[in-house]
Amino acid sequence: MSAPDLTHASRREAIAFILKNAFISAFVALVIFSLMIGVRTEAGPTGQLIYWTRFDDLATIVAVVFAGSIAVELLRQWWGPVGVVGAIAPSVQRGLDFAGKAAPPLLLIFAFLVPVLFYNQRYLLDLSILVLTYVMLGWGLNVVVGLAGLLDLGYVAFYAVGAYSYALLSTNFDLSFWMCLPLAGILAAFWGVLLGFPVLRLRGDYLAIVTLAFGEIIRLVLLNWESLTGGPNGVSSIPRPTFFGIPFTRGDDGFAARLGIEFSPTHRIVFLFYVILALALLTNWVTIRLRRLPIGRAWEALREDEVACRALGINITTTKLTAFATGAMFGGFAGAFFATRQGFISPESFTFQESALVLAIVVLGGMGSQLGVALAAVALIGGFELFRGFDQYRMLVFGMAMVLLMIWRPRGLIGHRAPTVFLKQNTAISAELAKEGRG
Amino acid sequence: MDYFAQQLINGIVLGSIYGLIAIGYTMVYGIVGMINFAHGDIFMIGGFIALITFLILVSIGLTTVPLILLIVLLVSMAITSLYGWTVERIAYRPLRHSFRLAPMLSAIGVSFVLMNFSQVSQGARVKPIPPIITGGYSLLESDGFVVRLSNAQIIVVLTTIVLLAIFTWLVSRTRLGRDMRACEQDQTMAALLGVDVDRTISMTFVIGAALAAVAGMMYLLYYGLVDFFMGFVAGIKAFTAAVLGGIGSLPGAMLGGLLIGLIETMWSAYFSVEYKDVAAFSILIVVLIFLPTGLLGRPEVEKV
Amino acid sequence: MSHESILIVDGLTMRFGGVVAVNGLSFAAERRKITALIGPNGAGKTTVFNCITGFYKPTSGVIRLTHDDGRNFHLERLNDFRISKKAKVARTFQNIRLFPGMTALENLMVAQHNALMQASGFTFLGLIGVPSYRAAERRAIDRAKHWLDRIGLIDRADDAAGNLPYGDQRRLEIARAMCTEPALLCLDEPAAGLNARESAGLSELLLSIRGQGTSIILIEHDMSVVMEISDQIVVMDYGVKIAEGAPQVVRDDAKVVAAYLGADEEEAAAVMESGA
Repeated sequence: MSAPDLTHASRREAIAFILKNAFISAFVALVIFSLMIGVRTEAGPTGQLIYWTRFDDLATIVAVVFAGSIAVELLRQWWGPVGVVGAIAPSVQRGLDFAGKAAPPLLLIFAFLVPVLFYNQRYLLDLSILVLTYVMLGWGLNVVVGLAGLLDLGYVAFYAVGAYSYALLSTNFDLSFWMCLPLAGILAAFWGVLLGFPVLRLRGDYLAIVTLAFGEIIRLVLLNWESLTGGPNGVSSIPRPTFFGIPFTRGDDGFAARLGIEFSPTHRIVFLFYVILALALLTNWVTIRLRRLPIGRAWEALREDEVACRALGINITTTKLTAFATGAMFGGFAGAFFATRQGFISPESFTFQESALVLAIVVLGGMGSQLGVALAAVALIGGFELFRGFDQYRMLVFGMAMVLLMIWRPRGLIGHRAPTVFLKQNTAISAELAKEGRG
Repeated sequence: MDYFAQQLINGIVLGSIYGLIAIGYTMVYGIVGMINFAHGDIFMIGGFIALITFLILVSIGLTTVPLILLIVLLVSMAITSLYGWTVERIAYRPLRHSFRLAPMLSAIGVSFVLMNFSQVSQGARVKPIPPIITGGYSLLESDGFVVRLSNAQIIVVLTTIVLLAIFTWLVSRTRLGRDMRACEQDQTMAALLGVDVDRTISMTFVIGAALAAVAGMMYLLYYGLVDFFMGFVAGIKAFTAAVLGGIGSLPGAMLGGLLIGLIETMWSAYFSVEYKDVAAFSILIVVLIFLPTGLLGRPEVEKV
Repeated sequence: MSHESILIVDGLTMRFGGVVAVNGLSFAAERRKITALIGPNGAGKTTVFNCITGFYKPTSGVIRLTHDDGRNFHLERLNDFRISKKAKVARTFQNIRLFPGMTALENLMVAQHNALMQASGFTFLGLIGVPSYRAAERRAIDRAKHWLDRIGLIDRADDAAGNLPYGDQRRLEIARAMCTEPALLCLDEPAAGLNARESAGLSELLLSIRGQGTSIILIEHDMSVVMEISDQIVVMDYGVKIAEGAPQVVRDDAKVVAAYLGADEEEAAAVMESGA
């Protein structure tokens, strides 16, 4: 909407409008940053707080806000009204649809090749493992939030249960990773059901706060039950994974020696990579299967309309509980993996921030979309890593990104729902129609 | 008995602070139906601004305590409410009629931003100040145990009561309060009847933030320190209080705040300090099992 | 009378705080017949429905459902979802409650949840894809196709339910209820918002459902539909029954005419006539 027929007067009006907005923004910035940035407090040599001023920083920020406001306003006029931005031309849409169909297999092939392509880049391998862990967590939470429409702000609790299950079982009873993995899943699912019971009657934001409270309770118990969990010191020297019994060590019975190749610490990393890839793919496969089974349809129906579900004879209680349990189980698997990868866990890894991050991945991915969740995990965790150098600004940038992404795409990256069964053609349903659940 | 009385006093003081924050949650929830996750951090910002203002006032040689308190209160309320306004304007308004989870995620993002902002701008270390209000009264004395009521405690509770009175008057007697209640019931209809919905919602955030600023200042007075992380824990507790009282209900928020404050204090006093938060959250869960809409919340009638 | 009646409501009372929405209501719905529940707005009709379908627990009274094989169910004692699952009572809603983001076909598949759940071995067998589950799913799709055909929506099977026109949504909701294979179908204002042609189609559909042996209770304001298809009418006002009987009998009842449309008897008579 650059509107070339703008008369001189209206152009002047537009400029005046932009300037006025910019001045208001700058003034607001001046006030809110006046003390927080203009003044810096710190404990002085005697322990007393002292302060000094930073008016140059304040001036810079206010100038940035002033310029930024003008830039945003110009961009807005250039783009046209916000509503138009959201609309996508049909041709573009077709292109996106094609990309959507082609992307999963390509991504999968790429994922399998990562250890080959980046064998010598330890950092990238570690990062890929981290991303895949979050992909798996996202897919797990997606069952609860995306499919069943139950808002869970305490998902990290199940991740913690899985991690501590493996850590404690392996350090206390010498159980192997492959024995503990199912146990960790089962225990997490059990806790999922335990949480599910009291919250069945709750809706929406009550559910949100109770799940949040539950997550905090688990973390606080882990933090304070020192005789079992080691308290803030956590559990250390958790056994590293073995290749089905063969350890990745330098010794004679190590993995490398048995294969007759030269020992390299990367072997274990590559192995870990494929373990988490397999776990994530298992999560994905199970979720896709479940969606096409009656239980998965019931989850989605529950998200759409709980009252109608009851009228159709669907047992709401068990349906919700299975959703909680399934999501929790995947969280538990991921937790066990996390514990074996790190070799050390402490309550610090299981804070609300983690829950919020996983929830952000699910919502940004587009609720219920498996591909979207994977892309969002790559984008958020990858983006997060880009700022590793500016450690102290990471959360600042991450928070801003969350706000902007929500404003840009409130429905997530992939705003479509694929039907689970079809007669003639499989047409994606716009997310505008799908409900988000009240539970 | 004396020990109990002392804990009761401490609990009520803590509860007043929680209650003030909880009102902000409940007001925003009532009017726009979203959990303002950033509200706890607004409280934290309020505490910081009070701290900085205090330092400046002392350094320019002001010594009259009541005057200092008044200026700190006003500056903190003014600047913090502008934070509330800005946050609503930037992060929530564009998402007002969107998907329910979007504003919530946006709020979590804002919370991270505010937390990190004060960490970066003021440093991560805890900021202690010397006690501003000293002295107090000894109420009871027996077996060598003294029940004390400090002046700081009196000021916290008195300020809370005065603010609540003003606030109740605002909501029930003024034009703004009427507009707020109208928007709570039906925004479309309110707009048709000439209520400026945008402005009313902005004002809700402003008032909520102002109350949170007061809570932040009270926290500073009472505990004598602030840090960038305090908003998260206090925010969760205050939100718990709002839900416990029945979210959307203003007396409920205050009641919930008092209860959470008392539970926390009593649990620390008689059982264990480490598990005080576990106790508060567990009681929340138990209450919600039996009263799914909190203590004073309107029961949700299911329209079929 | 017990074997003729599929549903016997006896002394049903529903109180909300101080308000008595339904007060000592008794009536019986005959098997394989259409029973209409009519009355002015606020007479308590939907409350009766919510009691029958388990959304409300009645303050007092008995609601007994008898299946063809003589099995009895006390609906006031069953939980909501068991009323549909065990007692085989299905319902529709005054304000349509489809699953708008799911396709028409998916809506009908969800309705067959309990049967499919069993066939999928409570998910475990379905997860590994046993043939018996696949067969059950094919049968479920066939049943859904059958109903889509009957309501004339087979071509829109893969469209989101929320995208269908209003009248189609009404019919789809009835089809969805029928996919649960109910013994008793409860319809809350099925003709609301339909035009004359759609209403006629609806009457036809309901008569054909009755023809295949399903009993129907409906709440309806559209007298042309009520008079045309009902075998029996129960008239309610202020929570009590004021008349009952065949359409002709009810139509000529002075008490009904007076109560149903207030004091203005002339207008009342005119409306009743138009329904004839």
